[in-house]
Amino acid sequence: MAQPAFEDLVDDFEFLDDWEDRYRHVIDLGKAMPPLEDAFKVPATKVDGCASQVWLVPDVSGDTFQFRGDSDAMIVRGLIAVLTALYNGVEVEKVPTVDAGGELARLGLNDHLSAQRSNGLRAMIDRIRGVAGQAA
Amino acid sequence: MYDIQSVRSDFPILSREVNGKPLVYLDNGASAQKPQVVIDAVTRGYAEEYSNVHRGLHYLSNLATEKYEGVRGTVARFLGAASEDEIILNSGTTEGINMVAYGWAMPRMEAGDEIVLSIMEHHANIVPWHFLRERQGVVIKWVDVEPDGSLDPQKMIDAIGPKTKLVGITHMSNVLGTVVDVKAICTAARDKGVPVLVDGSQAAVHMSVNVADIGCDFYAVTGHKLYGPSGSGAIYVRKDRMAEMRPFMGGGDMIRDVTRDTVTWNDPPMMFEAGTPGIVQTIGLGVALDYMTGLGMENIAAHEAKVRDYARDRFKGLNWLQVQGDAPGKGAIFSLSIEGAGHAHDISTVLDKKGVAVRAGSHCAMPLMDAMGINATCRASFGLYNTEAEVDVLIDALELCHDLFA
Repeated sequence: MAQPAFEDLVDDFEFLDDWEDRYRHVIDLGKAMPPLEDAFKVPATKVDGCASQVWLVPDVSGDTFQFRGDSDAMIVRGLIAVLTALYNGVEVEKVPTVDAGGELARLGLNDHLSAQRSNGLRAMIDRIRGVAGQAA
Repeated sequence: MYDIQSVRSDFPILSREVNGKPLVYLDNGASAQKPQVVIDAVTRGYAEEYSNVHRGLHYLSNLATEKYEGVRGTVARFLGAASEDEIILNSGTTEGINMVAYGWAMPRMEAGDEIVLSIMEHHANIVPWHFLRERQGVVIKWVDVEPDGSLDPQKMIDAIGPKTKLVGITHMSNVLGTVVDVKAICTAARDKGVPVLVDGSQAAVHMSVNVADIGCDFYAVTGHKLYGPSGSGAIYVRKDRMAEMRPFMGGGDMIRDVTRDTVTWNDPPMMFEAGTPGIVQTIGLGVALDYMTGLGMENIAAHEAKVRDYARDRFKGLNWLQVQGDAPGKGAIFSLSIEGAGHAHDISTVLDKKGVAVRAGSHCAMPLMDAMGINATCRASFGLYNTEAEVDVLIDALELCHDLFA
């Protein structure tokens, strides 16, 4: 079982059978996510390897991993919202062991993960794993 | 009569599906698909006719050399060059322009000398000149485009000063589709004694080009946009300019004699073709140019103009869609964005799901994007096989984007 917030997403996505509805839902998740303040949009938080601009602000100060993120692309913002549901609240040392590919497949979103895709989902996951791995 | 269905059937990839939808390929500005005759020529080149060129006296070497060298004449005729000795075969426009930068401009430009460029150049016609700026203090003078994306040739001409050593200008913008009156620029520049390099990467694909009529000194083209193999290309260099050029790359084939202490060069244009070239790619390029000539450049241009007009009219009916650049006589290249809704990458992701291939980003033309005040656009660029029906598919997909992102 993944985080409760992610399991809720799995329940929601179960009713969406075509890509158009899934995309619509991903976009809505992005719209609902609070935007990152401009002060956090700095080179240190920027994730390379994304065709659009992506920022991730991780917090490993407590026992559990938390992050916030943003992008200037709406689908990517939505994917960030999905990743916050997947990772936020996970114990820091367990973050690198989360099977992101497997979990995203449950939402029908794993096609975003392929190496050729330049939406940066893989780069974001690598950043999250790297930060958590170093802190653990 | 341009039989579009017959033309489409020449391109096997156009019958495939992408994401369960028929492919609508509108990324021709980045690279074009290949007709079966080119694919066959490449296969045959390796299966039956392959050897190195300009070396060896054996049968296959002679055969490959004959085919490869034949392309020099094909390119010369395609571009309207007076002689095939004015054609240097290479890997594409980037190599061609770098060769002019290193071989012609570098030895004769000093700190403070100027190169005049339009703001809508592709990076291939910008970055080599930045090398000269960084390394020897050459000054780049930029000429802006008008709000509609057109380029006033007089502004290019007026930018030519006593320190100007070269003018670099695209014949057709890869972002806006703007066609530039390069002849007017070349005529005036010649009066001032300044050579002109024309980037023909886009233009040569869509219209009949005649370098003698244009009066340019250099004209660079790239094979993969001309329905030929990637890694092929050519640059026209007028005879007197070629005589002024020093070799760019050293190696085999471009020399006559090499001793411990001396080296003498082969005659131009061979002097500018070091090492084993893209033999089969070049042979494929020759076949691609013959294919285009067979269809007729005038016919291709007329067909594309029809599709362009249809697309332009349909785009105008969508008040939420912005099209960058609407210069009179522009080519069938459209840079699109949706007001307040969706990044270019969002749009291209959704279009991809609908089987529509477009380019999203800054199109290797960051100074132009900066001048227009935009980050990224989606570019739909049409080729000789695209249809009005494909414009409709594109617009349906854009309407879905508007619905999703607005």
